[in-house]
Amino acid sequence: MAEVDESNKPLFAGLSDVSISEDIPVEGEISVPVNSQNPDDEFSTLDEPVKDTILRDLRAVGKKFVHVMYPKKSSALLRDWDLWGPLLLCVTLALMLQGGSADSKDDGNPQFAEVFVIIWFGSIVITLNSKLLGGTISFFQSLCVLGYCILPLTVAMLLCRLLLMMTPEKANNAFELIGFILRVVVVTASFSWSTYASTAFLADSQPANRKALVVYPIFLFYFVIGWMILTFATSS
Amino acid sequence: MSASEGNKNTNTEPWGGFDDNIIQGSGSAVIDMENMDDTSGSSFEDMGEMHQRMKEEEEVAAEAAATEDEDGEFLGMKGLKGQLGRQVADEVWQAGKRQASKAFNLYANIDILRPYFDVEPVQVRNRLIESMIPVRMINFPQKVAGELYGPMMLVFTMVAILLHGMKTSGTVIREGTLMGTAIGTCFGYWLGVSSFIYFLAYLCNAQITMLQMLSLLGYGLFGHCVVLFVTYNVHFHSLFYLLWLVIGGLSTLRMVAVLISRTVGQTPRLILCGSLAALHMLFLLYLHFAYHKMVEGILDTLEGPNIPPIQRVARDLPNLASSVVNATVKSLAAAAHSQ
Repeated sequence: MAEVDESNKPLFAGLSDVSISEDIPVEGEISVPVNSQNPDDEFSTLDEPVKDTILRDLRAVGKKFVHVMYPKKSSALLRDWDLWGPLLLCVTLALMLQGGSADSKDDGNPQFAEVFVIIWFGSIVITLNSKLLGGTISFFQSLCVLGYCILPLTVAMLLCRLLLMMTPEKANNAFELIGFILRVVVVTASFSWSTYASTAFLADSQPANRKALVVYPIFLFYFVIGWMILTFATSS
Repeated sequence: MSASEGNKNTNTEPWGGFDDNIIQGSGSAVIDMENMDDTSGSSFEDMGEMHQRMKEEEEVAAEAAATEDEDGEFLGMKGLKGQLGRQVADEVWQAGKRQASKAFNLYANIDILRPYFDVEPVQVRNRLIESMIPVRMINFPQKVAGELYGPMMLVFTMVAILLHGMKTSGTVIREGTLMGTAIGTCFGYWLGVSSFIYFLAYLCNAQITMLQMLSLLGYGLFGHCVVLFVTYNVHFHSLFYLLWLVIGGLSTLRMVAVLISRTVGQTPRLILCGSLAALHMLFLLYLHFAYHKMVEGILDTLEGPNIPPIQRVARDLPNLASSVVNATVKSLAAAAHSQ
């Protein structure tokens, strides 16, 4: 888990205009404090069990899930970015979308690779677009936010599969219609949730007059994913 | 840096200083070798850089030696210090330069493109609307904004619409994904036709740059997006033909008007605008019918019940592509005949 450590910057801000004249020979001793540790550094991950490491990372991922579900204007998702959560969500979504069509070849359901590529290619395009429009966010921060904001759509996919499973084989038209309307409602809600959450996190880093230009590709991206989820049908 | 320092240095003993200098030179090379062995791995890049740096240093040393020969003044103890300081400074500077160039390379491509994405939402909206309004002004070159945000977003929108169309029409593409096909079609059309028309414009001596051509054709896709979005959802052939003629025609007319205003002479205008109009209109026709949902009811009435909807396969593509090519060739031939 990488951390963007920005707290050190002000300390060295004044050093940029220090100049050393050429007459002074460069000499002296550089002492590296090997044994002097401050209490913060004593925490070492070298000799802890693997289980602890994995659990700690999973906990960090879970915390970010909560952040997506309650999108307050916090910067936790931006500060310590990671790509584990997006990978998990992306793989889950792709596997669920793949699901029914494994055996039948001519089914219209998207393949695993297709979903995977759409998600990563889409977020890279959105990120590049926001950089080109003058955004002040780093590449991976943006990827992290966009990836985590798929969470509502993954939940919607889960609900849709449950709804499809609950629908009996020989359902009459009215039943199917109700199921479809329910799915539309679920997908629409999660789509707007995803767009709202990612906009809440990303909008601050954009120039104020161009927010609409940045939001449009995000909207398109989640719309395509939401539409794939809506049109998903298990092959009989 | 300190070469001038060394030159200013006055030492009265000619031969001693000379020896010193030689020893310094070889000494510095030895230090370099050691450094190279210690710090760099077996990466060829590093070796190349080291080699270059060594060459540079040799040159600098040779220069210094040459100037010293002229002056007849030599480096003493202070010169040694100066050389060492220079080396350290050089080292630091080189390291800094390497870091900076790495960071720069990462963002250079983005920075090159940034001016083309310098737009406001209002401008984009206005340009979208203007893309449907042909202007009848052919005496004076019309303005074309060189901007890529709008075209890029329109192409991506069209990819999404095409995906929708393919999905609802049950298109099956062997050896490929719907996504790849959609992206390939849209970007291929945008980039390919822009380059083709730019090439034609170059032949016909039209005043248009590649950037303007990309922007013009990109905004021209707005009409396509609207038509396809409507007709993939509302399945009336008459509606499609109406929209094809009105909206597709308007966006084509707009591009044609711009091209006419920037070209001189009847024949070049005819060639350029004829090929652009044919390509643009036929592309919309192709996109509509290649990925259009066959209405089952019509099929039922025509061919009897219980026939599954036609599944279009990628094998259909060559026919349509060749028809597009044929039409282009015909229009070109007609244009050539009229000469």
